[in-house]
Amino acid sequence: MILASQVWTQIFWTSAISGGLLAGVPLMFTALGESISERAGVLNIGLEGMMLAGAYCGFLGAYYLDTQWLGYLTGIAAGMLASTIMVVLCVWLGLDQIVVGIAITLGGEGITSVLYQTRFSSAQPRLGNVSPNSIPLLDRVPVLGKGINGEFPLFSQPLVVYLGLAFAVLLGWIFRSTNIGLNLRAAGEKPEALDAAGVSVVATRSYAVLATGALAGLGGAYLSIAVTGGFQPFLTQGQGFMAIVIAMLARGRPVAVVIFSLMFGIALSLSTLLGIAGINLAPEVVNMIPFAAIILALILFARRAYLPPALALPYVRGAR
Amino acid sequence: MTTDTAAREGPVAAPRRRPARSIRAERILDVVIRSIVPVVLALVAGGILLLALGRNPLTFYGNIWTGGVAAGAWQDSAIRMAPFLLIATGLVLIFRANIWNLGYNGQFLLAAAVVAGYAPHLVNEVPPWVAFVVLFLVAGTVAALWTLVPALLKAHYGTNEIITTLMMSFIAIDLASILIKGPFHDSTTPLPQTAVIPFDKMLPSIPGTRIHIGLLVAFAAVLVVHYLLTRTAWGLRLQVMGANPRAARHFGIDLPRLIVASFLASGFLVGLAAAADILGLWGYIRTGWNPAYGDTIIPFVFLARLNALAVVPFVAFFSVLSTGGDLAAQQANLPTDFLYVLVGLILLFMTVIEYLGRQRELGASYLTPGLKRALRVPRLRREKAT
Repeated sequence: MILASQVWTQIFWTSAISGGLLAGVPLMFTALGESISERAGVLNIGLEGMMLAGAYCGFLGAYYLDTQWLGYLTGIAAGMLASTIMVVLCVWLGLDQIVVGIAITLGGEGITSVLYQTRFSSAQPRLGNVSPNSIPLLDRVPVLGKGINGEFPLFSQPLVVYLGLAFAVLLGWIFRSTNIGLNLRAAGEKPEALDAAGVSVVATRSYAVLATGALAGLGGAYLSIAVTGGFQPFLTQGQGFMAIVIAMLARGRPVAVVIFSLMFGIALSLSTLLGIAGINLAPEVVNMIPFAAIILALILFARRAYLPPALALPYVRGAR
Repeated sequence: MTTDTAAREGPVAAPRRRPARSIRAERILDVVIRSIVPVVLALVAGGILLLALGRNPLTFYGNIWTGGVAAGAWQDSAIRMAPFLLIATGLVLIFRANIWNLGYNGQFLLAAAVVAGYAPHLVNEVPPWVAFVVLFLVAGTVAALWTLVPALLKAHYGTNEIITTLMMSFIAIDLASILIKGPFHDSTTPLPQTAVIPFDKMLPSIPGTRIHIGLLVAFAAVLVVHYLLTRTAWGLRLQVMGANPRAARHFGIDLPRLIVASFLASGFLVGLAAAADILGLWGYIRTGWNPAYGDTIIPFVFLARLNALAVVPFVAFFSVLSTGGDLAAQQANLPTDFLYVLVGLILLFMTVIEYLGRQRELGASYLTPGLKRALRVPRLRREKAT
């Protein structure tokens, strides 16, 4: 290979890692959310719609209120609002999760596109850059910390990224060693047992779905505020579905979710990467790679993907 | 028990008159209510949304009528109906098996690219009828083969087919684009598109109209699928599997084989839709063209209760909505994505109405016990009681 020498440069690897982090963080938030609701037995196909709602409202918040933090908050609120549809219809009334999920995705795509195009059709405003926060000591690490010529520094990320990583660790702890985590798992594995133990399955699942909505909204908001710096219709381009796959492959372990998200983030930012390495591929081929990677991963690890037995089944007390 | 009471009360009370409506009429009425009310509610909610956006909903829906039905526009709707109907039958078939083939967009586009790539040459070399039959079969086969990976994964490892079909769909959309730019590119133009099928070599119209015969293919497919599902052993096996896979295994049904077969059949029908649309309407394909017909067809497949015959009126309705919706959205200065909102609303209202209907059938209230208690007894009093 002629290009081999260009692939093994520092700039390639630092930009691979930080580019993967940038593109992977929205996936990470959303997939963490999905792993919560999957553990609790709710398959959230509406993730794409919730992400778009978060992305649009997060953009609105950051644009009009002028701070990224309020943007993230409005994004979270929008995601939670979208997920209340799922809570009421799927968890309380026990309606089909897949049909409602498709409805949320379609509705989310439609409404964000309509609202954006009626409000900003000609202007297409952009948001300012998000100022990163450096980690005091690590940012002095030679290559990874400083980046090449000040670009792609790994240890200088928006604060919300650090919070997200910390949250992933926290979530792992919650799943593993708290009562909340036990309840969540029981709601997905054997809801009857949870009910018999005196804990409401419906309430447990409701909180789980709300948390999913909040995280998907945050993921969407991060996508529009920090990654693309603006909103456009159909911004997420299937990332909600990728998040579902990540949660499935990670079998609900948050740390695995983070690792898989970063890998898919690298796959998503591949076009820039190949540009740096001097490889010119058709954009279609590059776009295909993350999805092809998922199919490949599913073929290779199909037997190891695990889903809770009560997933996508509404819980009706006393029903058999 | 009823005879007992009748015997006891017999001499005293005259036998109660049966209600005028027969059970059959009630059932039809029930189905009509359950199918039409969601659409009406969605249109009303969409109207409220239009008002909120500062548009006049009456003008909007009026424009749908002018653009989709009035003055020969119904023929445009009918032309659009052909691919819709073929996709819908493909979805009916696989949803009956309780399998979620959501990769229809990619299957459609890939088949469309292959048809558009080969058609301009083929129609010039062989008699048109041979070309049409070959192209329809090729399109169906391409789309069917594209479902093979999800089908095998589902059949042998139980991998969630929603994910795999969607991923394969995204891949197919890019692959179609590569095909159009590469091997199928029309060298006479710099635009990324295939050669155009000569107008007189496209699918002929039904005499007296502009509607191409793809619509007849679609109707034939509806009949065949309906027959398969309701009158053959294969259809019964499919539905048993859809209703209860464990029971199906106990009956000795070869589940993996049936899963793969239903995937292939569904993909084949989606491929036919692509062939009908390219050969009958467009004549060529350009990169970036992705009509995503299936996304908006799904609710109507559900509204028809996965009945192939009942799909026809719903798809006809949606064809009008979609054809007229283009004009209406343009007049109202809205993006056509507004239709997605309407479709999402229809789905939501449908599930709710379905739920209410089921509760009523069971003789229960419209509310779940928990919800009813929550509404009837204020929270404070409940807490005091415990």
